[in-house]
Amino acid sequence: MAGTFTKHVLTIIRKEMMVEWRNRSAINGLLLYLVSTIFISYLSFNVRVNQLNPLTWNALYWIILLFAATNAVAKSFIQEREGRMLYYYSLFSPQELIIARMIYNALLLIVLAVTGLLLYMLVLGNPVEDVPMFLLTVLLASIGFSATLTMISAIVSRAGNNQTLMAVLGFPVILPVLLMVIKVARNALDGLAPDASFEELATLGAINVLIGAVSYVLFPYLWRA
Amino acid sequence: MKKTWWKILTILLLIYVVLAGLLMDAPRLNILNETIRVLHFHVPMWFGMIILFTVSVGYSIKYLGSGKEKDDDTAVEFANVGIVLGLLGLASGMVWAQFTWGEWWSGDPKQNASAIALMIYLAYFVLRGSFENPEQRGRISAVYNIFAFAALIPLLFILPRLTDSLHPGNGGNPGFNAYDLDNRLRLVFYPAVLGWSMLGIWVATLRVRLRRISNKLLSK
Repeated sequence: MAGTFTKHVLTIIRKEMMVEWRNRSAINGLLLYLVSTIFISYLSFNVRVNQLNPLTWNALYWIILLFAATNAVAKSFIQEREGRMLYYYSLFSPQELIIARMIYNALLLIVLAVTGLLLYMLVLGNPVEDVPMFLLTVLLASIGFSATLTMISAIVSRAGNNQTLMAVLGFPVILPVLLMVIKVARNALDGLAPDASFEELATLGAINVLIGAVSYVLFPYLWRA
Repeated sequence: MKKTWWKILTILLLIYVVLAGLLMDAPRLNILNETIRVLHFHVPMWFGMIILFTVSVGYSIKYLGSGKEKDDDTAVEFANVGIVLGLLGLASGMVWAQFTWGEWWSGDPKQNASAIALMIYLAYFVLRGSFENPEQRGRISAVYNIFAFAALIPLLFILPRLTDSLHPGNGGNPGFNAYDLDNRLRLVFYPAVLGWSMLGIWVATLRVRLRRISNKLLSK
């Protein structure tokens, strides 16, 4: 039972990657979205490299990432046609589908976040003192954003695919993750000892597990509707 | 819940709370002075809101199991009245904050958390508005209700840790119990919590019945 579950999940992830690779316009669009947002922020602040206050630097990076993530994850259910959902229905269980989608979106967000971070550091400077810690935060944030937004996108896809709804429903729910992430990232920025952030990292992990578990339980009800 | 005794009790409790809360002797404290009396109106709103939202989530879970429209009606109306109590709590808190902390919005974590909670439930109503089919509306908004509630719980524990709270009992401030919630205040405060929460439940049950009647009339 557990064996087929993993096998199915891996199959779905592989299929998503193949679709993404064959139709590169979607991921290219997301990357371009990220690039233009970062460039617009850079031009709007009109600062020379390394002159942005670290607090602003941090908050701006996460807000850009939040919007990029909302757009990236929105397409995971919203762009699915009715017929294809029926086809999945005959092949997989809903739990397999939601877990696979969450893992796939997390991978996608990691790619976006790291690419975005490199570009962001290029134009707005790099005030981060503890880079490995910051990257760990990026990893956990991607998982958290993916877990929350995947479920929200599934809900929105049932409600007539309204993009505004995605933001309205998603933002209040994602706030705990976002606030935790900004706190840990700030510690990494200031180069605090890793154990200063341990409690926050544990909380972040716990929230991710909680949201994943709740989605796992609730998704079958959405699916059936 | 259709019995009358608890409704009479609610009325008596609230008459007592309003009279005693405004007229009884209150402890003289620096800064707080007479504003301490808001305690009987501000804090019970939060108790009421949390109780009503919890009931709403409970009925959403029940609805996912049963699929009966009446469970959905109950979930909606309890969320509705919960929002009203939340707005009243926020408004009374803001007035209190202005006269003790010096700002209408002081960036206090509890203030922020309550604003987020209200945003979640307002989003819940926006979501409900985007469905035509009542069965689908009920099921999907029930899923969101449960999901959002689960995501909100960690927030209530996390936010106060991020910044120091100005509220008593947080961020090194002594709790009300430590010095100033003396027995005179307690005599009014506990009945106030009970009375306002019961009033919230009463209004919610009335609205549930109203909604059921209008559903029945519409389906004829």
